[in-house]
Amino acid sequence: MKLHEYQAKDIFADAGIPIPESQLATNVDEAVSAAEEIGYPVAIKAQVHVGGRGKAGGIKLASDAEEAREYADDILGMDLKGYTVEQVLVEAGVDFTNELYVGVTMDRGEGKPVAMVSTEGGVNIEEVAEENPDAIAREHIDPAFGLHPYQARKAVYDAGVDQSVARGVSSILTTLYDLYEERDASDIEINPVMITSDGDVVAADAVMNIDDDALFRQPELAEMEEETYEDDLERKAGEYGFDYVRLDGNVGIIGNGAGLVMTTLDLVDYYGGEPANFLDIGGGAKAERVTNALDMVFSDENVDAVVFNIFGGITRGDEVAKGINEALESFDEIPKKVVVRLAGTNAEEGMEILNTDLVEVEETLEEAVQRAVENAQEASQ
Amino acid sequence: MSILVDDDTRVVVQGITGGEGKFHTGQMEAYGTNVVAGAVPGKGGQEVDGIPVYDTVDEAVREEDADASVIFVPPAFAADAIFEALDTDLDLAVAITEGIPTQDMAKVNKRLSEVDTRLLGPNCPGIITPGEAKLGILPGNIFADGNVGLVSRSGTLTYQVVDNLTARGIGQTTAIGIGGDPIIGTDFVDALSLFEEDDETEAVVMCGEIGGEDEEEAAAFIDEHMDTPVAGFIAGRTAPPGKRMGHAGAIVSGSGTGTAESKIDALNDVGVPVGDTPEEVADNIESFL
Repeated sequence: MKLHEYQAKDIFADAGIPIPESQLATNVDEAVSAAEEIGYPVAIKAQVHVGGRGKAGGIKLASDAEEAREYADDILGMDLKGYTVEQVLVEAGVDFTNELYVGVTMDRGEGKPVAMVSTEGGVNIEEVAEENPDAIAREHIDPAFGLHPYQARKAVYDAGVDQSVARGVSSILTTLYDLYEERDASDIEINPVMITSDGDVVAADAVMNIDDDALFRQPELAEMEEETYEDDLERKAGEYGFDYVRLDGNVGIIGNGAGLVMTTLDLVDYYGGEPANFLDIGGGAKAERVTNALDMVFSDENVDAVVFNIFGGITRGDEVAKGINEALESFDEIPKKVVVRLAGTNAEEGMEILNTDLVEVEETLEEAVQRAVENAQEASQ
Repeated sequence: MSILVDDDTRVVVQGITGGEGKFHTGQMEAYGTNVVAGAVPGKGGQEVDGIPVYDTVDEAVREEDADASVIFVPPAFAADAIFEALDTDLDLAVAITEGIPTQDMAKVNKRLSEVDTRLLGPNCPGIITPGEAKLGILPGNIFADGNVGLVSRSGTLTYQVVDNLTARGIGQTTAIGIGGDPIIGTDFVDALSLFEEDDETEAVVMCGEIGGEDEEEAAAFIDEHMDTPVAGFIAGRTAPPGKRMGHAGAIVSGSGTGTAESKIDALNDVGVPVGDTPEEVADNIESFL
């Protein structure tokens, strides 16, 4: 899950990382009075779970009350990459001479966390990583010991950070790693750390993403989770607990297991169709889950035909067949043609139960996908 | 022949008293696997379908001479269960559990470098040597004894490809699901090197997916170290960048690494044919035999 900047900054501040004075506002009046209290200039920053807010017009610097009102009005309610801005952080502008990047993430190739420091802060760090990887100093961390202070210093020196602020920056990095570990973060970043004209270091932004699998031991953070679905279908999938991704095509796809569902998508594409979604019902699904999955895919108005591909291991074919029957029998007229392919555990029992008046059955994955693609093409004509 | 498990393998099931543990212990035994013990803290002295349960893995190993473990322990306790398995003289630990925090797995990964026990998984379907033993949740009936090795990041995709092979009479030496998580024990390179050393394995199927760079590393290994022919499959060609497609590891970054295309290119460059469909993978394997 992602935390908002203001949530991450609260956590950073509690841990002793210097942050600029700031207040959260949910309407224009609140934003202006916050700005008055903090004193100009202030940055007005959209609090939404998307990257590149600045470039998209979600961050503006106001130098007086008139600008504060104008910018708060612009930003509140704006649509940022599909998300509506409902709150802004009003933050003291920092008079800076330099911008740095510091962060900790998991290097999956090495199977270890890695701490990173760069003097090329304030810009898209992914671009820096790609175009000039040497500009980012990296230290891999033994998770049994944590980040040793000497490693933090080494990263800071390797990155070429000025001696005068090296101690402050390595202290921030050490604290970031401690938070990364304590809070089960998957990524934790400050971009930029600003070096003020007085020689202080300040965290001017904050990124903190938490490992969803670890939320069970981070109840405080789990409470901050907001549902940020791109549309009603994704919201519904969240409620049903499906792994679901909506795509642009018209062939609805339901299957079990991420690898097999992805393969089904790829085959739809291979046979000239366009996948409408990725929907994984997961392992061991019972009839109700199957019914919910069909409900999901039928609710997508872009879907012209559906392919249901199950290869049971832990999932049982008879349960799946029961779910398909229940879902389809509830309709007077089935809204889209459904092709079913059922293999693996209890597939034979499933085939006996399956109401073949309601669905088409194909024996192989390839045949099922081709048939669904044909159905979709016919339906869309 | 086979790699890692056979009918001599003596299995302890960690979490044998839980729903999944109990059910799949029955399935494993029905397949012929030699399950000798269970290990569940606080349940020592009980029996599950005649199998003795011990409080610790260590005790199960000492009393029943177990040499492999299968772990059906919920995510919150799973890393600890893996550490416990790694702290004995087991040859192999297979972690089925899905949803173990990544930082826990980084700590496990560190410990792995210090012990001789091999870890498979987590978030994997397990391993099967057809006709001899299965450790995990794979449906035994689709597998057939033969001379093709299989290694895959995805459980259901394993079943699919095996089905395509078995349907045309091509059996398997051993099939290994290595798991779809970002940090896993045994990876493609480890599995491929074991198949390369196995005299019976005449060809290998490698099923990968988007995310990470494991397939690219495997391609380099195949190029330098393998004489056994390999046929590949990569899932996720149509996956949009930035979206997580189920598996924790199955996400494409926006920058072009971890894409299906980069993996397919890497494999093609070292002479590994990558099928467009599972049926094509079977065609490619058939051409090697």
